[in-house]
Amino acid sequence: MAMNYNAKDEVDGGPPGAPGGAAKNRRPDNTAFKQQRLPAWQPILTAGTVLPTFFIIGLIFIPIGIGIFVTSNNIREIEIDYTGTEPSSPCNKCLFPNATPCFCTINFTLEQSFEGNVFMYYGLSNFYQNHRRYVKSRDDSQLNGDASALLNPSKECEPYRRNEDKPIAPCGAIANSMFNDTLELFLISNESQSTPIPLQRKGIAWWTDKNVKFRNPPGGKDLEERFKGTTKPVNWVKPVYMLDSDPNNSGFINEDFIVWMRTAALPTFRKLYRLIERRNDLHPTLPAGQYYLNITYNYPVHSFDGRKRMILSTISWMGGKNPFLGIAYITIGSISFLLGVVLLVINHKYRNSSNTADITI
Amino acid sequence: METKMALNYQGKSQKRSAVEKSINAFLIVYLFILLTKAAVCTTLKYVWQSNPNNDEPWYNQKTQKERETLKVLKMFTDFLSFMVLFNFIIPVSMYVTVEMQKFLGSFFISWDKDFYDEEIHEGALVNTSDLNEELGQVDYVFTDKTGTLTENSMEFIECCIDGHKYRGAAQEAEGLSETDGPLTYFDKADKNREELFLRALCLCHTVETKTNDVVDAATESTELTYISSSPDEIALVKGAKKYGFTFVGNQNGQMKVENQRKEIEVYELLHTLNFDSVRRRMSVIVKNQAGDIILFCKGADSAVFPRVQNHEIELTKAHVERNAMDGYRTLCVAFKEIAPDDYERINRQLIEAKMALQDREEKMERVFDDIETNMNLIGATAVEDRLQDQAAETIEALHAAGLKVWVLTGDKMETAKSTCYACRLFQTNTELLELTTKTIEESERKEDRLHELLIEYRKKLLHDFPKSTRSLKKAWTEHQEYGLIIDGSTLSLILNSSQDSGSHNYKSIFLQICMKCTAVLCCRMAPLQKAQIVRMVKNLKGSPITLSIGDGANDVSMILESHVGIGIKGKEGRQAARNSDYSVPKFKHLKKLLLAHGHLYYVRIAHLVQYFFYKNLCFILPQFLYQFFCGFSQQPLYDAAYLTMYNICFTSLPILAYSLLEQHINIDTLTSDPRLYMKISGNAMLQLGPFLYWTFLAAFEGTVFFFGTYFLFQTSSLEENAKVYGNWTFGTIVFTVLVFTVTLKLALDTRFWTWINHFVIWGSLAFYVFFSFFWGGIIWPFLKQQRMYFVFAQMLSSVSTWLAIILLIFISLFPEILLIVLKNVKRRSARVHHLISSSA
Repeated sequence: MAMNYNAKDEVDGGPPGAPGGAAKNRRPDNTAFKQQRLPAWQPILTAGTVLPTFFIIGLIFIPIGIGIFVTSNNIREIEIDYTGTEPSSPCNKCLFPNATPCFCTINFTLEQSFEGNVFMYYGLSNFYQNHRRYVKSRDDSQLNGDASALLNPSKECEPYRRNEDKPIAPCGAIANSMFNDTLELFLISNESQSTPIPLQRKGIAWWTDKNVKFRNPPGGKDLEERFKGTTKPVNWVKPVYMLDSDPNNSGFINEDFIVWMRTAALPTFRKLYRLIERRNDLHPTLPAGQYYLNITYNYPVHSFDGRKRMILSTISWMGGKNPFLGIAYITIGSISFLLGVVLLVINHKYRNSSNTADITI
Repeated sequence: METKMALNYQGKSQKRSAVEKSINAFLIVYLFILLTKAAVCTTLKYVWQSNPNNDEPWYNQKTQKERETLKVLKMFTDFLSFMVLFNFIIPVSMYVTVEMQKFLGSFFISWDKDFYDEEIHEGALVNTSDLNEELGQVDYVFTDKTGTLTENSMEFIECCIDGHKYRGAAQEAEGLSETDGPLTYFDKADKNREELFLRALCLCHTVETKTNDVVDAATESTELTYISSSPDEIALVKGAKKYGFTFVGNQNGQMKVENQRKEIEVYELLHTLNFDSVRRRMSVIVKNQAGDIILFCKGADSAVFPRVQNHEIELTKAHVERNAMDGYRTLCVAFKEIAPDDYERINRQLIEAKMALQDREEKMERVFDDIETNMNLIGATAVEDRLQDQAAETIEALHAAGLKVWVLTGDKMETAKSTCYACRLFQTNTELLELTTKTIEESERKEDRLHELLIEYRKKLLHDFPKSTRSLKKAWTEHQEYGLIIDGSTLSLILNSSQDSGSHNYKSIFLQICMKCTAVLCCRMAPLQKAQIVRMVKNLKGSPITLSIGDGANDVSMILESHVGIGIKGKEGRQAARNSDYSVPKFKHLKKLLLAHGHLYYVRIAHLVQYFFYKNLCFILPQFLYQFFCGFSQQPLYDAAYLTMYNICFTSLPILAYSLLEQHINIDTLTSDPRLYMKISGNAMLQLGPFLYWTFLAAFEGTVFFFGTYFLFQTSSLEENAKVYGNWTFGTIVFTVLVFTVTLKLALDTRFWTWINHFVIWGSLAFYVFFSFFWGGIIWPFLKQQRMYFVFAQMLSSVSTWLAIILLIFISLFPEILLIVLKNVKRRSARVHHLISSSA
């Protein structure tokens, strides 16, 4: 009841209406805003204005699509699966746990030469780097070189936070599961001889990651000393400061590590592993011919039905081989163009014909 | 509960608009979607996890605590986590925006200078902002007559004394003097009777005087101002003044009247038998200087005629009826001399009744009834109430807009009818169906006759109209129009007859008739009957939206009862305006209020509601789809900042600006073409069809966003330096496409681009870009993770991403653009058809 009375009171007490002293001028302001007469652009989307848009979009999209498609088709890409689940695969022997370290070699042929810079990726399948528990299992402060976080990593890193009463550096599931196969590429120049292809380890991570986001902890010159008081991740063979002989590529700023730490969006993913720089002479970077891939097989994927691949790819202005974008552009452009034509015909018919054409759309 | 306050309180439920009801229905659907999504994800999660390698692969082990948690508990927390992850599908911020839109939007009504009235120096007043959009949904308009359709500024037109007509008294006070001047009356009544009549007019009222001038000025020259609750009385007193009898004032129960000979006559006011709507008359008992006690009574003809013993009723009656046909308000005047002995008795009875503690009103009524008998009829008055400016145009526009206009009045049928003709509620070709005491009392048994009439009318109407009710509104223009007239007593006969066996379906037959009539006139209504009618219509099938407009205290009940109550700031006080939802100075303002403001508000808010559901569905759908690719692990697709800011900053202002400023059709066009109002009737924009359209559009767009990006990521790298993107870039691409698409979709819908729209639409997009750069540009010291660091900038460094974003935005908007074109072609074809059919 009380509520009702309030409502009633409100109604009665609402307007200040003082009928006697209406001396004040209550005339509303005659402004464009208050009278809802602001100057406005009132687009009328008629067939006349939209039809050209269809054509223009068609005319723009189709060439772009063709451009992308051609570019994408010119990209050379080869993918070699070395999981070794097939018994015939040379790496099949490495599936058994007792065979560590395990080496295997896979031969392959490049039908066409790869020109320009060539990039080597490793690809994993059915590996859920985007699992929530996994994604958050890291400590960015520690990776940023924060001294206190180094010795006291974030709780998010559990259960990869401490080992044998020492803080793990780098902590967390992501770091712990870092990809540790070694891939080496050789060109078979003739029957007996083979030349190793030089693989660059640097320049594969985002510049900002390498220089800002990831930093080694502060301290003396010696990297090992800076990581004092920490222990290596459980699954690692070497501690983090021994990832590379080059001090500018070791510790947290090791590029392989940084690449790994950027968690992939989908369970099937590729990560940049090495780059093969273009040679200065006119020879192609990777001439057509016989190659073999030397694999130090450490990384187990068999247990979760995963697969491992090595990918060699050239690059263009639009990145790697990606037929989707080109096809999508061509399709949408064509649809748009066709619709433009159809609508134009309909439009034209209505404008000119005087007989009732029954067109149902 | 027996307090006066509680008894007088008319239960006033909170008024809620049809749009709000739709919102609630949509909300239930979306809640269901949310629950389904969460349930599906939880189920699939456990199906997926049944493989231990999926549940806990070597690279992603659980903590000891996680392992030990009870499975049921885990499932429950998983379900809740999914709910949290998908909760954005429920547009919580919509409520804030809707409230803001309603509050700010209502200002446009009070700001409108077209509603400003020069006479009372006031504009429209908005008492509630909850019902703005309801103004665009009205199906029935109930209007009061006096003071609403008419000015309620009464003018004494003519009178009749003993059957002799006096007219044109406006010239001078000599109107009745025999000496000179043109005789404006045809023949004269007895001089004594004339004076008696004029004295009656001067005495039988509750008018009070107010002298404007200072006290020391000569009393004769003082300008008198009359104040009364009823404008009729003032008109009568002023009328009497014109004929030479001036009411000077009432002091200490002494009424002073200046007669034609400029003499002051003093009467002692003994009793006032106040007016009430049941008796429909009032009386005063006065004692003149000679000591005679006289009762003067004036009232409606039906209330007075049965109580006079005079044999000259017939003449007066004819006169009254003629006046009523002309649309004048008529009152009859009677008197009675009371012998002193009788007066003693009457006085006692009156005082006793006034003092009674119980049933006072009944007792008073009985005494009044007793006193007001055996009177002598002197004459009748006719007062004109002018129609309001543009009342007819307004009614015509409302009709054209498909609204049904009902006039509810307390006046006589003839008066009301002529007013209705004058304001074009009834056209000359409208066939009138009458259900009044007149038509019914011809027969002996009222109910039988009523039954007969009802059946007859129904037959007539059903025969005339096609069965489909949908085309009804359009049918009006082509078919014969019907108008219904009903009076209060017949109405109560219909409504209260339910006890009788076999006749309880009167009401339903009556309603069927009502629904088929374009215009209904209900006369001789008591205030509560007005509310009763409104309630009856409100509860019709399909619950039509009702609007009541009135100016007086007797309209308050109907204003409160209807969906939208509009008060007119009239002469009968402010009660109606105070109890209303909106108040306007004049009836003509209703046209713009409904056709322009109501229409725009409805379109704005309906679009706002649909848009909010739409943008939240296509916001959260990619996140749902992502669960299928991240092992149902509740991994959010977007960064937390994006999740929070989406509704608050990135997409809120454009829709708010749209919902305040949009004019898809110009205000001028809306007011000049009332048929546009029909387009949105029946909550057209929030029906299942449009809702499904928006929902499917959102689902389509969400799918495009996600899978477009998904296919884009089926490559080794998107950058020319072969560097690889992670999951946060994936989410950011989806989010960027989302924000742009959703905003551009609104831009496509906007038909009225003021600088504000430009500012907020492009500003929001710019702000998004700026914020993203900023958010990713710094290593935030207070954050535990730096996952967005340079993600946005890196993303924009890739040409492929740009191309993909543009492509995906375009694909998402493509159906919308296509629809616009198709609609356009359709409209054009309709026009062509129309041209051909009209030329044929």
